[in-house]
Amino acid sequence: MCRHSEPLDRLRMPAPIRLRELIRTIRTARTQAEEREMIQKECASIRSSFREEDNTYRCRNVAKLLYMHMLGYPAHFGQLECLKLIASQKFTDKRIGYLGAMLLLDERQDVHLLMTNCIKNDLNHSTQYVQGLALCTLGCMGSSEMCRDLAGEVEKLLKTSNSYLRKKAALCAVHVIRKVPELMEMFLPATKNLLNEKNHGVLHTSVVLLTEMCERSPDMLAHFRKLVPQLVRILKNLIMSGYSPEHDVSGISDPFLQVRILRLLRMLGRNDDDSSEAMNDILAQVATNTETSKNVGNAILYETVLTIMDIKSESGLRVLAINILGRFLLNNDKNIRYVALTSLLKTVQTDHNAVQRHRSTIVDCLKDLDVSIKRRAMELSFALVNGNNIRGMMKELLYFLDLCDPEFKADCASGIFLAAEKYAPSKRWHIDTIMKVLTTAGSYVRDDAVPNLIQLITNSVEMHAYTVQKLYKAVLEDISQQPLVQVGAWCMGEYGDLLVSGQCEEEEPIQVTEDEVMDVLETLLQSNMSASVTRGYALTAIMKLSTRFTINVNRIKKIMSVYGSSIDVELQQRAVEYNALFRKFDHMRSALLERMPIMEKVTNGLTETAQTNGEAEPMKVEPKLLSTAPPSSNQANDLLDLLGGSDVTSVIRTVPPSKPNTVGGELLDLLGGLDLSG
Amino acid sequence: MIKAILIFNNHGKPRLSKFYEHYSEDTQQQIIRETFHLVSKRDENVCNFLEGGMLIGGADNKLIYRHYATLYFVFCVDSSESELGILDLIQVFVETLDKCFENVCELDLIFHVDKVHNILAEMVMGGMVLETNMNEIVTQIDAQNKMEKSEAGLAGAPARAVSAVKNMNLPEMPRNINIGDISIKVPNLPSFK
Repeated sequence: MCRHSEPLDRLRMPAPIRLRELIRTIRTARTQAEEREMIQKECASIRSSFREEDNTYRCRNVAKLLYMHMLGYPAHFGQLECLKLIASQKFTDKRIGYLGAMLLLDERQDVHLLMTNCIKNDLNHSTQYVQGLALCTLGCMGSSEMCRDLAGEVEKLLKTSNSYLRKKAALCAVHVIRKVPELMEMFLPATKNLLNEKNHGVLHTSVVLLTEMCERSPDMLAHFRKLVPQLVRILKNLIMSGYSPEHDVSGISDPFLQVRILRLLRMLGRNDDDSSEAMNDILAQVATNTETSKNVGNAILYETVLTIMDIKSESGLRVLAINILGRFLLNNDKNIRYVALTSLLKTVQTDHNAVQRHRSTIVDCLKDLDVSIKRRAMELSFALVNGNNIRGMMKELLYFLDLCDPEFKADCASGIFLAAEKYAPSKRWHIDTIMKVLTTAGSYVRDDAVPNLIQLITNSVEMHAYTVQKLYKAVLEDISQQPLVQVGAWCMGEYGDLLVSGQCEEEEPIQVTEDEVMDVLETLLQSNMSASVTRGYALTAIMKLSTRFTINVNRIKKIMSVYGSSIDVELQQRAVEYNALFRKFDHMRSALLERMPIMEKVTNGLTETAQTNGEAEPMKVEPKLLSTAPPSSNQANDLLDLLGGSDVTSVIRTVPPSKPNTVGGELLDLLGGLDLSG
Repeated sequence: MIKAILIFNNHGKPRLSKFYEHYSEDTQQQIIRETFHLVSKRDENVCNFLEGGMLIGGADNKLIYRHYATLYFVFCVDSSESELGILDLIQVFVETLDKCFENVCELDLIFHVDKVHNILAEMVMGGMVLETNMNEIVTQIDAQNKMEKSEAGLAGAPARAVSAVKNMNLPEMPRNINIGDISIKVPNLPSFK
């Protein structure tokens, strides 16, 4: 075959298929693999078509490439082709080329700089739509170098009378400022009469530009404050103008522009009395006159409320704003309720009393089906709890804790503990509340809840009998919730004597024998459900009962000797030490296992002295004491310090099991050559 | 600022993806998948706002979505945008599509992705809202489409001719016309004297 048949060959190759056909073909694919095959085949033909530098079909091929890119297939080999399309004279080519540039290119590829010259020419093109394309592309993905080169052109277009171009230039300017903040000054003169425009598109984008400039520079912000009267006037016209079919959205005149202006006013009025005063009237007007039956009206109202709360508005206006939010809470539309709760959360610190008035509505939102709304309502409820409403609120919150999803339980439990600590009306109420939390959501409470609760119980001396009784009953019912069981075990060890003696003032005392208490503690020790920390608590509790109970001492001794060979190292160590206490140091046992004194609360590293209870001297909890305590001359006192200190530590600080080891070590030191195998 | 605009169907197939911040292609696809996953789990009677996923950037960002028939329209925005305002914007966008395509349905979006991009470009630019007046947008789109059509009309003639020729089923052209042995009997003409 002679070589001059090449053009004939080309003629014979089929034309690249249209985008429509490609899409149709791909839709017939039944599996991902089939689709991948079709795409690869088409990519190959597109690549060869590109190689031929065929101007006629470039447009079509790039369009197909963009489609495949959207589906997730690589398309970077089309980047240069986009540039060629941009350089073409045809509008059709340019359109696809610029779209391709926006989708496929970004500033990390050097290739994009080649666009700069094309864009520059197109910004000065005779056809406004071409200029529009160039502005759009520059405004979407222009890199800082491109922006620097072309900022002048953009500034020129910002002053044109063509509103189509002016609005695009304004947004392009925003992008330029974001990329190269130093150029902001350059656009200042052009902003002078932006607000005089009648065209809403230009007005809208101008307000965006002004907003961006004010956000970036306090000087600009001060400079633009003088625009407040003009902005107020524009807003007024929008509200009062009556029906305008052009800008009407569901009966409201250009709600998007209204929202934008309100936002800019918010920025300008913040911390400035004069500006705030100038806006007071219009804000009140918008707040009272806006139609609320559709979402657009509510969007405007919402923005108005945010503005009122942020500027220095007079108190009447603020109350109006919060009442609007309260009304929002009753709206059927859940979006509105969500948005209202979010704003109330922001304002509850500054306008606490006003928000309190809507407390019952907020609490009702706890029962909403929507997860996002429930979370907001919970946060807001905790913010609203105070000394006056604590009882009622707590009832609702406990009810919520019971029914809510697991994801909320931890936060809710912590919140309840904090609130109870701050505002508890009585010790009994406090303990009851905490008990309820432990029984309802026991497995979700945080680790520090246990030591805090133990401290609370210790310090409520008159409630000891009541507490241990309640805990005993709770543990009998359910031994699976670890924090509850740990507190219960500790209390039973500490106050077991009160439990069996049947003296309880607060409620009907129950009849419990020593054996029954021992049974419960042993069950805890042996149960599979108990964590090893819980077992530790149970063992120590049993030991403490040796001085409080009279008839079970042998049983206790037996348990200790059994656990002396436990495979759990922590339990083994404890059991061995307690054994030693029985055998060699029986005379010290009652002193060592005495009732715990009032603990001082360690809050934020500062120790506050709590009230003394007269039984024993209050002991200072000093962290240093625990790590290294050199034995002083009075051995008994040291033991008291060391044991007492460590016990307190393991309860107040969630200390890893290793802590008692150091104490045990020291105990061993003091005991001299103790034979551990015994 | 609007970070991304995504349209996908009930099965997660993307119908339009526009990102206004730079993400690598892999990240883009992951974002689409993750967004679909988050949005498709939602009940019909909960609010239209979601905290964004891990990929599309931290606590500042929200997903605002609307579900129309078989399509999800999802706008990922940061805190500078009004949530209720974006809901309205989605509505305006869909109504504009409806006007441009005459009772728009998913098939229109599938076969005319580039046109949808063009319409979107008249509404949102660089992540910011450009124009919200539906009639204005439709007018501008019509004018540009007319420009394209006129180019296709006059200047497109050569391209169409070439296509026509290429798609013609030209039979194999004979190269060497081998006439072969045609015995042409030349009559013995008497010589004219």
